[in-house]
Amino acid sequence: MRYQHQRFPFVRPAELDGRRCRVPVLIVGAGPVGLALAIDLALHGIASVLVDDGDTVSVGSRAICWSKRTLEIFDRLGVAGRMVEKGVTWKVGRLFHGDKEVYSFDLLPEPGHKHPAFINLQQYYVEEYLIDRAREFPDLIDLRFKTRLVGLERRPDGVTAELDTPEGRYAIAADWLVGCDGVRSTVRGLLGLDFVGRTFEERFLITDIEMKAEFPSERWFWFEPPFHDGRSALLHKQPDDIYRIDLQLSPDADPEVERKPENVKPRIEAIVGARPFEIDWISVYTFQCRRLERFVHGRVIFAGDSAHIVSPFGARGGNGGIQDIDNLAWKLAAILEGDAPEALISTYDEERVRGADENILNSARATSFMTPKSRMESIFREEVLAMAETEAFARRLVNSGRLSLPCSLDGLSLQSDDDPAFAGAGLVPGSPCLDAPVLDSQGGETWLLEHCGGRFCVLAFGSPVEVPGGVAQLVVVPAGCGCPTSAGPCLVDAGGYVGERYALDSGAAYLIRPDQHVAARFRKPTREKIASALARAQRQETR
Amino acid sequence: MSEPGIDTTFRLGARGDDVYAALIEAHRGLSDEASARLNARLVLILANQIGDAGIVLAGIARARAAMGVAEHTETA
Repeated sequence: MRYQHQRFPFVRPAELDGRRCRVPVLIVGAGPVGLALAIDLALHGIASVLVDDGDTVSVGSRAICWSKRTLEIFDRLGVAGRMVEKGVTWKVGRLFHGDKEVYSFDLLPEPGHKHPAFINLQQYYVEEYLIDRAREFPDLIDLRFKTRLVGLERRPDGVTAELDTPEGRYAIAADWLVGCDGVRSTVRGLLGLDFVGRTFEERFLITDIEMKAEFPSERWFWFEPPFHDGRSALLHKQPDDIYRIDLQLSPDADPEVERKPENVKPRIEAIVGARPFEIDWISVYTFQCRRLERFVHGRVIFAGDSAHIVSPFGARGGNGGIQDIDNLAWKLAAILEGDAPEALISTYDEERVRGADENILNSARATSFMTPKSRMESIFREEVLAMAETEAFARRLVNSGRLSLPCSLDGLSLQSDDDPAFAGAGLVPGSPCLDAPVLDSQGGETWLLEHCGGRFCVLAFGSPVEVPGGVAQLVVVPAGCGCPTSAGPCLVDAGGYVGERYALDSGAAYLIRPDQHVAARFRKPTREKIASALARAQRQETR
Repeated sequence: MSEPGIDTTFRLGARGDDVYAALIEAHRGLSDEASARLNARLVLILANQIGDAGIVLAGIARARAAMGVAEHTETA
């Protein structure tokens, strides 16, 4: 059953009838990144206007692989349940060379995580679920379709955007504007910013086909498959009997010719055999790795593909964009609420440039492995692939994309120095928090990450600690210990996962950021130490 | 088929892709002849660094076997 695209009507805004208003945040682009930002801000009580020049969700599956960390973020935003239920869960990848399997990997080998390593789910479903969720905040999220950004005036304290609609133009003033408008960003164009990086010569043909088949829920990647003239191919299963097939094209291929269904069909038949199938969507993309030098330009901020673009193998585009929002939303909210100085925003740039560079490095290397440029590079690749059959080490050098893992913010300016008493065990400051199964104080099964996030929180182990005013505290007690009566929220580490993953002894505590990253940790926490780490994590001078 | 002394498990940890990228980069712009010479020098440097002739010989045998070349070839 193919996806039915719903059309969202244009709703005439009051601005066209002369109303003047100023919004805290104007978001340009209602893809997964812009929608996630509007929802995250709404959860902080911050209002936004979200404009998009289209009137429906993504055409074509586009971003399909959503990583565990992204699902944890989407859980905080309230959409992960629907996504996991609808999506195809997978964690095993298989690599083939010619007609032989050379290597397989399991991305989530250990138990005790709420979310799977990856799900595959078409971008149109993700956008649909996010739009449904956004509609649950009618007072805070103003979603405007068929509304195109055409002009931008910047001031030190905000922007005025000129918007074009089917019923005329209007201006809207905002304290902040966030460009989530994709690789061909209008916001980036209006600011005249360079998008620096490299374009690879190779193109990939991507096709969604609908067919009944029994392929397992795994990622299959072929180097030099017998069915595709020695080039790379990728097969992914999606919901609704849709399969994604990516086929590498030679540098001299003409994309307009290659994308014609009569040319695509025989290639698909060579992979799937005699099964009947229907082509649902065809696209051709060029590999690119680029980013803006800075993601923050005064009161204009970039997130997702408008800020950085990677080649696709590794699932680092959509996931990277959602991780941008995870990092950005609480900072914008803290600044708008007066809890943090405007300088906090520069740390979005610092932290997400690191993430983007990591994604660009990994995807550029995978691209290079798929498309050797010199005779010696080809020889190295051929020998790695040939040795992979017998030499275990060579399998780990085969690169069909290093799949998205969360970026560590270790050593960056918001994080406190690690407490040497931990001797590096557990999660160093800057690490994304690891999930763990726990029991609530009534004995009900729950997950650690459902209880931290969205605000600064002290995770105390064993017993409550003294925390500065206004900071939430979550007490986790070891198995067999009861919750202290007056502690507030308390969880029981029944399986011992929290103690092990966080290297916690009784009396120790972590300071967790609203985006579920470790800001600081202490073997012997004091109110003063926590207050100082908290001030640092919000870019405040000491209180 | 594992020769004594050669560990074929992956030993480069998180740096495998860094090492591979550096190898490829080292050959950038070189002719085939120059690349072959670079590889020869690199092998000699690493053999000396290993410092254990038994391991180097086992490695040579293993590389030849992995290529499907007989272990001892003699010129007729």
